Amino acid sequence: MNIHEYQAKELYRQYGVPTGMGYPAFTVEEAAVAAGKLPGPVYVVKAQIHAGGRGKGSFKEAAAGAKGGVRIAKSVDEVRQFAQEMLGNTLVTIQTGASGRKVNRLYVEDGSAIERELYLSALVDRATSRVAFIVSQAGGMDIEQVAHDTPEKIMTLSIDPATGFMPHHGRKVAFALGLSGKQVGACGTLVENLYRMVVEKDMSLLEINPLVVTKDGNLICLDGKMDFDSNALYRHPEILAYRDLDEEDPMEIEASKHDLAFIKLDGTIGCLVNGAGLAMATMDIIKLYGMEPANFLDVGGGASKEKVQAAFKLILADTAVKGILVNIFGGIMRCDIIAEGVIAAAREMHITVPLVVRLEGTNVELGKKMMAESGLKIVPADNLADAAKKITDEVRKVG
Amino acid sequence: MAILIDKHTKVICQGITGAQGTFHTKGAKAYGTQCVGGVTPGKGGSKHPDAELADIPLFNTVDEAKRATGANASSIYVPPPFAADAILEAIDAEIPLIICITEGIPVMDMIKVKRALTGSKSRLIGPNCPGVLTPNQCKIGIMPGNIFMHGSVGVVSRSGTLTYEAVKQTTDAGLGQTTAVGIGGDPVKGTEFIDVLDLFLSDDETKSIIMIGEIGGAAEEEACEWLIGEAKKGRSKPMAGFIAGSTAPPGRRMGHAGAIISGGKGAASDKFEAMRKAGIAIADSPASLGTTLAAALKR
Repeated sequence: MNIHEYQAKELYRQYGVPTGMGYPAFTVEEAAVAAGKLPGPVYVVKAQIHAGGRGKGSFKEAAAGAKGGVRIAKSVDEVRQFAQEMLGNTLVTIQTGASGRKVNRLYVEDGSAIERELYLSALVDRATSRVAFIVSQAGGMDIEQVAHDTPEKIMTLSIDPATGFMPHHGRKVAFALGLSGKQVGACGTLVENLYRMVVEKDMSLLEINPLVVTKDGNLICLDGKMDFDSNALYRHPEILAYRDLDEEDPMEIEASKHDLAFIKLDGTIGCLVNGAGLAMATMDIIKLYGMEPANFLDVGGGASKEKVQAAFKLILADTAVKGILVNIFGGIMRCDIIAEGVIAAAREMHITVPLVVRLEGTNVELGKKMMAESGLKIVPADNLADAAKKITDEVRKVG
Repeated sequence: MAILIDKHTKVICQGITGAQGTFHTKGAKAYGTQCVGGVTPGKGGSKHPDAELADIPLFNTVDEAKRATGANASSIYVPPPFAADAILEAIDAEIPLIICITEGIPVMDMIKVKRALTGSKSRLIGPNCPGVLTPNQCKIGIMPGNIFMHGSVGVVSRSGTLTYEAVKQTTDAGLGQTTAVGIGGDPVKGTEFIDVLDLFLSDDETKSIIMIGEIGGAAEEEACEWLIGEAKKGRSKPMAGFIAGSTAPPGRRMGHAGAIISGGKGAASDKFEAMRKAGIAIADSPASLGTTLAAALKR
């Protein structure tokens, strides 16, 4: 789960991590009040959306002006003007896709006099099974590009969970970032607090780009991208409270209510599968047979009638869907039970697009017989290849 | 021979009185697995409420269960918030093989578990995995026994239902399996591809191997590098491979916690390429795992 920058900065403050002064604003008036509370004379008005590249982005609407999603204001009036222009309009960045994101929240921040921009991130490193820090003096840039072009400019270190954070970790980061004097100690404290925050809050990613050195020599986390382990949210109601449903796909929100893993894609074949690996493989095989999957959908182990029904509803909500492929490898679930669920759901949903069902597992013959006798136009398939062939053929027939 | 488990394996179940533990212990028992005990804190000494499992003694702790039954493996069906603690308890009790089926364990918990495994007497399979099955001998986990056939193929996979796909296809091809191992879909897990491949290469009965990966991380690439090194030492077996997620969009978590292409890394194409370099016969479709392996064996 992602959170907004202003929420990330609240967390920084809780953990004693230095960040600039600033306040969130949901209205133009709030933005002006926020600016009034800041010392000035320079203010930064930042669009709050769950996507990077805001500064270099642009608004779809002409009324929002030509500037991007991060604007420097020289007066409270200018803050008001920018807030007026940005709120309610659609920001398109390199990460939002062409449709962009509506800006509903702003963050008004005190301007900082920046000497140097650095990069720092923390993530769960799969290779070492530890929390790792990635730091670079090349801040403010696309770190993937830096890693590709100049890997020597990036330093990685991982923290042994048995010892936790040690002073030498802090020194290593500080020297890699080219810091000296008092900054070395300040950096150690900063990284130690970040580590504590990452572990305690179950973050899967923390990215600070840029981490800045100000003209007066202080370190400040000027940005904050945080992603939290969804498996650990049960023990973080305070993080869950940060969830912004406006930033999520409504269909994916609906899916999560039914405990379905669902991701909408751009193709025409809806997929309903049990198991994440098989669901991906089903998408892959559709492509192999010349068409594109409309979604990823894992119904999980128990493909009950209710779940199958919810899944059909999600798939059919997408008007681009021209056919549905159900692929269930029953495992320990009996195929006749699954068939019952599919038939009941198909009947109640009045499915009109071609429906191909591949079942595998115990009682598969009974399951197939039930579908054949259901009076519904369900095309049974014998195996995965047969299923992919049949659904793509059926959809081509319909045209 | 087989790997990890066979007819001599004595299994306890942690969380045996829960719905999952009850259901799957019944399945394991029906398959012929030696289910020698169960652990549910507070229920030690009592009888399992399900009549089918009433003959399996219950204990309060893993240590107690191990000492009383001589168990050398544990299956874990404990809910996610308590699963890491359950694994750590099994490590503490020096259970040689721990198989955790639970999906949804916080990754920070698994980081601790992974550290605790270092230098311990235990091997962990999973979490978020379907378990391990050696045909006609022992089943730990949730794999459907009816699709298996005793034979010569070793199956190792990050995905549950795709493991079944490989098993079914090798059964249909008349090859059968020595053992199938689901290593699980989480980013931090007990056993990686290399560990299982090493066991399969050393197992005389295993004549060929199917390896199924998916997008995310670099475990497949590392395993392929390792296979190339082993082949130079004269250790190799015919292999077929598949990677799920060629059509997955980058930056999205595809169901499994570990299945995500991030920062341009972990794409299926890179993994297929690594497999090709390691001499693994690539199944271009998930439906042709069995036939691809059969063809590779004829070469």
